[in-house]
Order: sequence, then structure tokens, then C-alpha cells
Amino acid sequence: MKRFILPLGVFVALLGFLWVGLRLNPREVPSPLIDKSAPAFALAQLHLPERQIGTRDMAGQVWILNVWASWCVACRQEHPVLMEMARLKLAPIVGLNYKDSRDDGIANLQRAGDPYMVSAFDQDGRVGIDYGVYGVPETFVIDKRGVIRYKQIGILTPDVVTGKLIPLIEKLNKEAGHG
Amino acid sequence: MVKLIAALMMTLALVAHAEADLDKRAAALEEELRCLVCQNQTIADSHAGLASDLRREVREQLAQGKSEQEVLDFMVQRYGDFVLYRPPVKSTTWLLWFGPFLLLAAGALLLASRLRAARARAAEAPPSEEALQRARALLDNHKEQP
Amino acid sequence: MIPEIGSFALMLAFCVALLQGVMPLFASLRVERSAAARWMAVARPAAYAQALLVTFAFACLVQAFVANDFTVLYVASHSNSLLPLHYRISAVWGGHEGSLLLWIQILVLWTAAVAVFSRQLPAEVVARVLGVMGLISVGFLAFILWTSNPFERLLPGAMEGQDLNPLLQDIGMIAHPPLLYMGYVGFSVAFAFAIAALIGGQLDAAWARWSRPWTLIAWTFMTLGIFLGSFWAYYELGWGGWWFWDAVENASFMPWLVGTALIHSLSVTEKRGSFKNWTVLLAIMAFALSLLGTFLVRSGVLTSVHAFATDPKRGLFILVFLALVVGASLLLYAWRAPQVGLGGRFALFSRESLLLVNNVLLVAAAGTVLLGTLYPLFLDALDMGKISVGPPYFETVFVPLMAPMLLLLAVGPFLRWKQAGFKDVRSLRVVGVAAVLLALAAAFAVGASPLLVMGLALAAWILLGSVWHLLQRLRVFEDNRTRFSHRLSTLPGSYWGMLIAHAGIGVFVIGVTLVKGREISHDVPMQSGDMHQVGDYNFRFVGLQNVEGPNYSAVRGTFDVTRNGKHITTLLPEKRQFASGGMPMTEAAIDRGPTRDLYLALGEEVKPGNWIVRIQHKPFVAWIWAGALLIAFGGLLAALDKRYRLKKGKA
Repeated sequence: MKRFILPLGVFVALLGFLWVGLRLNPREVPSPLIDKSAPAFALAQLHLPERQIGTRDMAGQVWILNVWASWCVACRQEHPVLMEMARLKLAPIVGLNYKDSRDDGIANLQRAGDPYMVSAFDQDGRVGIDYGVYGVPETFVIDKRGVIRYKQIGILTPDVVTGKLIPLIEKLNKEAGHG
Repeated sequence: MVKLIAALMMTLALVAHAEADLDKRAAALEEELRCLVCQNQTIADSHAGLASDLRREVREQLAQGKSEQEVLDFMVQRYGDFVLYRPPVKSTTWLLWFGPFLLLAAGALLLASRLRAARARAAEAPPSEEALQRARALLDNHKEQP
Repeated sequence: MIPEIGSFALMLAFCVALLQGVMPLFASLRVERSAAARWMAVARPAAYAQALLVTFAFACLVQAFVANDFTVLYVASHSNSLLPLHYRISAVWGGHEGSLLLWIQILVLWTAAVAVFSRQLPAEVVARVLGVMGLISVGFLAFILWTSNPFERLLPGAMEGQDLNPLLQDIGMIAHPPLLYMGYVGFSVAFAFAIAALIGGQLDAAWARWSRPWTLIAWTFMTLGIFLGSFWAYYELGWGGWWFWDAVENASFMPWLVGTALIHSLSVTEKRGSFKNWTVLLAIMAFALSLLGTFLVRSGVLTSVHAFATDPKRGLFILVFLALVVGASLLLYAWRAPQVGLGGRFALFSRESLLLVNNVLLVAAAGTVLLGTLYPLFLDALDMGKISVGPPYFETVFVPLMAPMLLLLAVGPFLRWKQAGFKDVRSLRVVGVAAVLLALAAAFAVGASPLLVMGLALAAWILLGSVWHLLQRLRVFEDNRTRFSHRLSTLPGSYWGMLIAHAGIGVFVIGVTLVKGREISHDVPMQSGDMHQVGDYNFRFVGLQNVEGPNYSAVRGTFDVTRNGKHITTLLPEKRQFASGGMPMTEAAIDRGPTRDLYLALGEEVKPGNWIVRIQHKPFVAWIWAGALLIAFGGLLAALDKRYRLKKGKA
């Protein structure tokens, strides 16, 4: 009798997994960089190409890296949220202008508003690869010691900001800057 | 003079060979990496921007002398195990890699036990006289029906 | 108006299916009651009524597409007034809702066929079989009516449809879903027979003989459906491959593997009365895997190039349906199988035992594919990370699993039933040596590698073994009193079927081995005037031109192909942009031949006029298609065996 129950047992286990699977998103690729040092970079600034911006400039403070592009339709949805975040002065937001043309990028910010402290110009996408960027927009929260603590894949919504980012930034601000 | 030309030609041949080699090695690696944008193609086949960026990375790193494993590690560091179409062998994937052979072994065991049981039954005592009579009666009954 | 009538027809069909599912089954459990016979007799008329209603509904949907009725949401999402007529019709099954209706359409046709061709079966069996199929109909009709109605309106109607996915605007794509569904749904017949047998407690050779032709036909269609999908992907997708171990490809391959085990198991049960539990379980598994495939494609649980637009509500519905159908049948199995009895005995070395090994190998293979397909989901569900399982894994694991099967494939037919002796296979030693020698010779001709030699040796072993078996079989009749042609013509269909299907596998393996082992593929940037050499062939890029199609505009490249100075062919690959927008589609140009294909596709345009071109030389790839077609043909021949064509009245 035991032997004949086995197929049913296996099937029920399978069902369990499939049921859980309905809640998951198989397309989302979680970042392996969480709790690891943010990859160092030093890029020309978008607006002032003779000046640079990089991870070293942001050391010692909690900051946000937002990957965006003028050709990215979803980024436009996210833009008002970023503007609000800038207004609230949660943390300095550094933009990473990903695989864009300088003119288009600048024009985009002029038209829609500039929430960024400064934007870095990643024309060939190499810094993006270092950060594991595979779709735009993506947002990283980096702590005082330069460790990535959170990655948002896709659009930032008000819910994510109030539910995840604000508490996280508050917590990170309390942490020490060295160590 | 002749020696110089010979040396030059050898170098050229080596470079050409190395380039063809590089192409082959790059192509082989590109078949192992998943395109994260479309997610259902290798970066060799995908037309996505990220795919061509990653192909460029693969080629550049191989040209710099990195090994295949180093290039794959580079990708995994940034994108996780998801980017590998050949899942790494680690504790979480033992069941995946050894599963098929476990299945086969289980099947073989099941088979062996069934066959042994079948042979054991074949060695049982022949049916009793009473059972044989009943069988005959049934058969005769059946024969009478059209 | 017509869409509403179609929707109403589906609702009526649902009620009829409910009747068909419940009444005969219930009555068959209490055959001695006086009303039982009348209740059971409801089954056939209900099946016919259901067939009529669903076919009518299907016709309504076809009409909506043909008439470009964009007030129907499904039509507006999947069609376009510029779409040629034949694609407008095939667009009916181009999306989730319509393809579900196709599923049901094929189910009711199979059910009606069973109703027609079951005169010789006892009434309770007919009642149970049609009852089970009716219940499956109930599930699918409920699914369509509650979550996926293709007749849902879009008001106000769209000015223009969003067009059928350009990838689907192709003849291969017109035929692929119907053929595949004929297979998936056809396994429900074997399933219904198995459930009927479990309920009745009567699992015997007769049951196997009834089931087998239905199963063979379903399996044949499945083979053709998978073949067509692969064949189409090869010429349409532009990457030159034909199998990617994608989740949905695997979803069709698993029932095929189990179906193969099933048809072999059924033959044992039919001839020797053994394997009964096994056969019943395989029948349940084959259909369970068909349903699982439906779930995987439509629930969003796995990423796939194939997946329909997903909705968690739909996924949940199918999951519940899957749980009910398979759970109930496995419960029934656990309860009734121990009482079924064990059937004929057989020795360790006999055809039965070899077929048992075959079954184990095939099920292990199916299990492996399932493991690989679902493993990323398992890990993700347990929060243990996200991985990908792709072709490198499957190829590494599948080949060692299949090799023993291929080895035993040639041996099986030589063994006698019940008890085989070593002298049955003594003659095969010569065949084996010949196979290895042939393989070595061929391998040295094309360039050897251990895997190549192994693959060719196995293929030669199978082909030579089949020929040898045929020769032996014909000589069995040798008594010099009968003519050879008579001996030939008295070989039963099932024998030819086996021989040709097995030979088809050999041909298939040759194709796969040579393509995988000796294929050359180059991706090169080319512009007008450039030349590139691949193997013996020289490809010259002559030029580009713009062409217009009925609903697309394309860039067409002209390539002259020469070999040793002689002109072979001119290839015209295209990159098509459809008027309805979306990604540009690649139309590869293929020069097919019995010993090689030349494959050319335009990749990306890196600079104006400068394209990355994919040029491939694929030796013996046509043998993959030929092998698959032979396998399907073998299945057909076996299904048409005279012993299955019984006169009315006999059992």
C-alpha cells in the first residue's frame, strides 16, 4: 500500500511548490551586491564634463544612486517620486545616466526637473554592468561605509519610498561612518 | 633578412590563430550566459543592448588573458547565479545535479525488487486440485456462451 | 450579437458537460439499479451535443476574426485588418483565451470520436470513459467562462486591432498548436480509460487493447506537434537552433517521454497482461503532465519565450483544477491499484523485463526534465536564491541518461516474451561490431570526437539492428511455400510501426550527433561587396533592398553562395518591421540539403548598410526532421494495425 501512495505524495509536494510559485516573480533578478561594497567608479559629470563624480566623493554619508536614461519610458513615471525625495532631503541622490547621449540627458532633466545632486555620465554602460544593472530604472541605497544596503529593481513608488526607503535611510543615518 | 620575414609571418599566424581561437572561446562562453533582459536567450543570440555590452566584456576580458572561469565569475559577481545557464554545483544544487542519477538508481532498485518478487512468485507451489477444478468449470461455462 | 451567441453556446456546453460527467459516472457505480442503464446512455448523446455546441462557439469566434470585429477584446488584441485571411483564422488560437477554446474544441472532438468508436465496449466502460472526459470538459469550460472568455466585449470597439504577434504569422505556427493539442488532449483518452479501469476494478488485456490505438494516435500527433514547433523555431527565430530546453518546450517533451513509455507498457499489458499498475500510473502521469504543461505556460510561474499573458487568478484556477484531477486520480490509484493483480510472470531476461527497463529510463528522463525545469522555482520558493537551468545542464544530464536506452532499443525486439535466451541476441554481436566500425569510418570522414563516435555508433546500432530484425522476421516465414511478397504483406501494422519508429530514432540521433558535433557558426559584420568563407562555402554579400509585404516592410539582403567557384544558391534573408510596431522579426534564409543546411540570418545593423550576419553550416540537420517524421509515421502505422479495427459486437 505504501508504494502506491508515493505518486500522490510526490504530487502534493509539487503542488505546494507551484502554489508558492504563483506569488513569486521569476523575472526578477535579485542583486548579489547587497551588503557588499559599492563598486568604485569615477565618471565625468553629465552637465560639467570636465568635472568628475564618483564613489569616493560620497564616502561617509548615506546616499542614493538612481540609474536613469532619457529613452527610458518607465523613468518618467518614477520622476515625480524622485523630485519629492529630493525635496524632502532624505539623502543626496546621484544620478547615473545610463547609455544615453549627453544632450538628450541634459534636455530631459531640464524639461522634467533635476532631483539629482549631480548626474554621472555612463555612456558605454560599464559602470552599470559593475552594479549589475539590467533594466532601467534601478535605484541603490548606499551607506556611510560605501556598502550597498538596498536595490530597487524597477520604478520607485510612493509606497516603496515610505515603506522601505525612509525607514532604511533613517536607520543607516544612525550608523557610524567608520569601521 | 629571411629570418626576420619568417619571424614576422609566424607572429602574424599566431595572432590570426589566437584571434580565431578567441572567437571560438568567446562564442562558447556566450552560449553559457543568460541575457537578463529577454531572459530566454543566451547573450550570443540576444539583440538586447545589454547582451552586446556583455559580449564586448567577454571578448575584452579573454583578450586580456583572463580564463573562462574568471569571466564567468565576473558575471556572477554582478548578476548572481541567475546569469549562468549551467547552474553551479553547490550545496543548493546537489539535488539538481545528482537528482537524475538518483532517479535512475531509484528506478533500478524498484525494478530489481519487482523482478525479484516476480521470480519468487513464479517459484510458488502450483495451484491446488480444488482450484484447478474450479478453473475448469469456469472455462467450460465460458465455452458454452456464443 | 454573434459573440454573445458563442458565449451562450459555451454556457450550454458547460451544462451538457456537467450532465455528461456526472450522470453516467454515477450510474456506472450502481449498475444494478434499474435507472442505471438509462443514465449511462446519456453519455453518448451528451458527448455529441457538447461537440456541436463547442464547435458552434468556435465558429463564432472564427467569424469574429474573419469579419474584423474589434468590439471583441480578444480579436482586437490579436488581429488586424491588414492581416491576410489565413492568419486571421489562425489568430483565433494566437492568444490565451482562444487557444483554450481550441483545447476544448479538440477535447470535445476526441470525446465524440470515443463515443462513435466504442460500440464494442461494455456500457459501464463507455459511461465511465465518457464521464471522465466530460468532467475534464467541465473544468476547462468553467475556466474559460469564469476567467478567460474569448467573447468578452471591448466597448467602444477599437479602430484597429493590435495585430497578431509577427512571430505567429507563419504556416508552421498555424499548424503547431492544433497538432500539439491533439496530442495533449489525446492523452486524456488514455487517462479516461485508466480511470474507468480503476473504478471498475477491471484492468486486463482487453482494456489495454481498447486504450492502445487512442494513445498511439495521440502520441503520434504529439510527436508531430513537437517536431513542427522545433522546425518552425529553426527557420523563424533566426538563431539557427532548434531546441532550447525552454520551459514550454520541456512542458511538451515530458508528456511525450511518458507517452512513449505508456505505449510500450500498453503493448505489454495487451499481450501478456503484465505491468498493469505501471500502465495505469503512466496513463495518469501522461495526462497530468499535459495539464501541468498547461499550467506552466499560462500561470507566469516560469519565464518562457512562449508564455501567454499571465494573470495569477488564472494560474490559481488551473492549479486547483490540476490538484483536483490528478489528486483524485492518484488517490484512486493508491486505493485500487493493490487489488488489480499482477498479471503474467516473466523471467529476468525477457522482453518484458527489457521493456520495464525502458519504462524506468523514460520516466527517469521525464523526471529529469521536470527537475531541471522546476528547480529554479523550488529554490526561489524556499528563498535559497535564484538560478537558471538551461541547455548546458540538460545536455550534460540527458545524454548519459538516453544512451543506455538507445543501446537497449535495438535489443528489445529480439527478445522473446516471458523467457528469452542468449541465443536470441547472439546474432546481434555482429551488428554491434558493424555499427562501431561504420561509426568510426564516418567519424573519421567528418572529423572525430568521442561523443560523435558514440552517437553515430548508437544510431548505426539501432538502424542496423532494425534491418537485421526485419530480415530475421521475414525468414521466420521461410518455408519456400510462401512467396516473399506474401511474407512481407502479412507483417502486421504494429510491427512496421515499431520498426519504422525505431529506425526514425536512429536517423534522428545521426542528425543530432552530426549537427552538434560538426556545426560551424560565424557572426560576422558584413557590408555590400564583402565575402566570408565558412567551411567549403563562400558567401558574398551582394546588396540590400527594401521590400514591402502585406502588413510589413522589410530589408532584404542578397547573398551569393559558391563552392569551389561553382554557384550553389542565392540566399535572401530579411529583417521585417511590421506595421503594427514591435521588435523587428528575422526571416532566415536556408538552403536545405540532405547532407547539410546553409543558414543565413541578418542580426543587427551596426552602421548603415553594415550588418552582423550569422552564417551557419549545419551538417545533416535535415535528418533530425526526417527522423521525427519517421517516428510519427511509425506511430500511425501501429495505430492502424488491423487487430484494433474490430467489427461491431465483438469485444
